[in-house]
Amino acid sequence: MNGPSLSGQRILAVLIKEFIQLTRDRLTYAMILGVPIFQLLLFGYAINNDPHNLPAIVLDQDRSSFSRSVLVALDNTDYFRFVAEARSPAELDAAIEEGRAQFAITIPQDFGRRVVRGDRAQLLIEADASDPTAVGGAVAAVAGLPGQALVHDLTGPLAGKAGSAPFEVVVHRRYNPENITAYNIVPGLLGIVLSMTLVMMTALALTRERERGTMESLLSTPVEPLEVMVGKLAPYVVIGLIQTAIILILARLLFGVPFVGGWAALTLGVVLFIVGSLSLGFLFSTVAKSQLQAMQMSVFYLLPSLLLSGFMFPFRGMPGWAQAIGEAIPVTHFLRIVRGSLLKGVGIEHAWVSLVALTLFVAVVTTLAMSRYRTTLD
Amino acid sequence: MTGALAIDVRALSKSFGDKQVVRDLDIQVQAGRVTGFVGPNGSGKTTTMRMLCGLLTPDEGEGKVLGLDFRKEARVIKRRTGYMTQKFSLYEDLTIAENLEFTARVYGMSDRRKRVDEALEKLGLTSRRNQPAGALSGGWKQRLALAAATLHEPDLLLLDEPTAGVDPKARREFWDEIHALAAGGLTVMVSTHYMDEAERCHDIAYIAYGRLMARGTTSELIDQSRLVTFRAEGATEEGMSADHLSTELSRKPGVEMAAPFGSALHVSGTDRAALEAAIAPYRRPGLTWTEARPTIEDVFIHLMNKAEDNFA
Ligand SMILES: Nc1ncnc2c1ncn2[C@@H]1O[C@H](COP(=O)(O)OP(=O)(O)OP(=O)(O)O)[C@@H](O)[C@H]1O
Ligand SMILES: [Mg+2]
Repeated sequence: MNGPSLSGQRILAVLIKEFIQLTRDRLTYAMILGVPIFQLLLFGYAINNDPHNLPAIVLDQDRSSFSRSVLVALDNTDYFRFVAEARSPAELDAAIEEGRAQFAITIPQDFGRRVVRGDRAQLLIEADASDPTAVGGAVAAVAGLPGQALVHDLTGPLAGKAGSAPFEVVVHRRYNPENITAYNIVPGLLGIVLSMTLVMMTALALTRERERGTMESLLSTPVEPLEVMVGKLAPYVVIGLIQTAIILILARLLFGVPFVGGWAALTLGVVLFIVGSLSLGFLFSTVAKSQLQAMQMSVFYLLPSLLLSGFMFPFRGMPGWAQAIGEAIPVTHFLRIVRGSLLKGVGIEHAWVSLVALTLFVAVVTTLAMSRYRTTLD
Repeated sequence: MTGALAIDVRALSKSFGDKQVVRDLDIQVQAGRVTGFVGPNGSGKTTTMRMLCGLLTPDEGEGKVLGLDFRKEARVIKRRTGYMTQKFSLYEDLTIAENLEFTARVYGMSDRRKRVDEALEKLGLTSRRNQPAGALSGGWKQRLALAAATLHEPDLLLLDEPTAGVDPKARREFWDEIHALAAGGLTVMVSTHYMDEAERCHDIAYIAYGRLMARGTTSELIDQSRLVTFRAEGATEEGMSADHLSTELSRKPGVEMAAPFGSALHVSGTDRAALEAAIAPYRRPGLTWTEARPTIEDVFIHLMNKAEDNFA
């Protein structure tokens, strides 16, 4: 038995054929241009939300009874969940950068002393505002803090200090200082539009051939499964890249979304995500009995991608089980990469977890698709 | 090369669910000849052809196609076989030329441009090369499909009802082309429901209910059938022409079929004595009875009836 050997010419045959069919199909143009623009306008103005229990990291340089009371008061707002205690400002920075914490809280060394002296004590809160809906509620809750946090500490001779606010809270929004929702939504939209169009388009790749009867001819030729897959997906990679360009350009022109940097991570993430989405669609088309079924499968995949990826609702605001599901959704990781690079300029060294997740996604889906592909009609 | 077998497969079986569609079928096709594959609707012709070119996995069956183990070397067999499907299966949204180019690329042909141009020229479609294949009429579609199936110069050609719905002149041309290809050494297996086409084949294999019922040349099949046919012409004194007697006669014992041919009548059966007894009352003035050689159609209908009696 001859083993399968890939032929560039056969891949090219499928690729050219697929490309010609694509350019003759009006629906393609609607998908490439219509969907991104429509969605962008639709979602550009977003939904609000008020998530609690957001991860916070603390750097307590004061370590006085006052600082402890402030932390207890922060904890009582229910908006914060202390995930770690930092030992240095650098550690604090890293946690925000990598997205492990949404808030970095610093209590300066002289906090207690200044409270006692009535000398403008400050509590510093840095918020990762790339997802503004997520931090809004917390920031509002913190505003009431100075009036109450130290009521029980400032008794006896210090009672006089409790009246006016004994300290002030300085909130510093990072990544999205003006608190613009579109900054968060628009990069997220890239993930949604790509999944929506690419998964659906390739979900039809084989079912269409089967329904039109052309699969019988195709299978009677010497073309190998992987050649069909590569040939069929390649033109759509180009489409995915065009869509990415359209969305990013519009995001810049219409919404002024900052492009801070992280181009390497962004490019790698986009390519992995496009290939993964296309392979997933292809997998659907090897399983589905009809074009309709293929479409239904795509929708079934899209719903959790919309709802649980952190696109619709802030990821941190979701209940634990939903976050667990969310972690398994490729769009979630793609959103982290895109937001990280566009808004924070995060490089590969910080985005690697999500990049690895996407690589895994591509590998698993491709393997499954190849094992499902039948070279016969049975 | 006459005598060598291009297809020699034995005990082929295939079921879909619990429905056995092909049973214990032996298929032999001689190299360089045109073998007709005949049988009623649903008898398993398409299924058999698909198994022979590796499109369906047989449940049972061993043998060789083009000298290769047809189960283990389907990949190599595919490369050397052209298969024209029953339903048009080229890309309707690609142009005529693009379809042929796709085929040429997939088979890794080196002089692609030249071969495609030649094929178009031969088809007489050069001026329409940029029209979508879907816009062609039925007959042209079939000719294009044949051109695509033979573009890579296969050693074996499987044609599944290639001329269904094609007009007589186009059919004649189609068959001239098939014979020209066979003369060039190609082995052709072609399924058909047309009697005249069956008669154009060197050999015929007749199947019903997934079983091989008969095989041989046209005259071999007629001889094997042991069928006796009488032909009546003219009209009775009451003015009833011979063909009107068909219903009446077909009910008589010994008559397997009585079929009108224009105003004449063919009456056939395998038992000569019984048949003669049945028609004796109808040897009346005005009607002339002659013994005729059974046609291949008589034989097929006889085989179909026999299969129904035995397997239905
Ligand atoms: N994929 C399939 N699944 C289930 N049943 C099938 C399948 N393909 C064919 N059959 C059944 O197998 C039987 C034989 O079909 P096949 O197409 O081989 O017949 P055929 O001789 O080519 O008929 P026709 O002359 O009408 O083309 C039919 O009853 C058909 O319904
Ligand atoms: Mg058939």
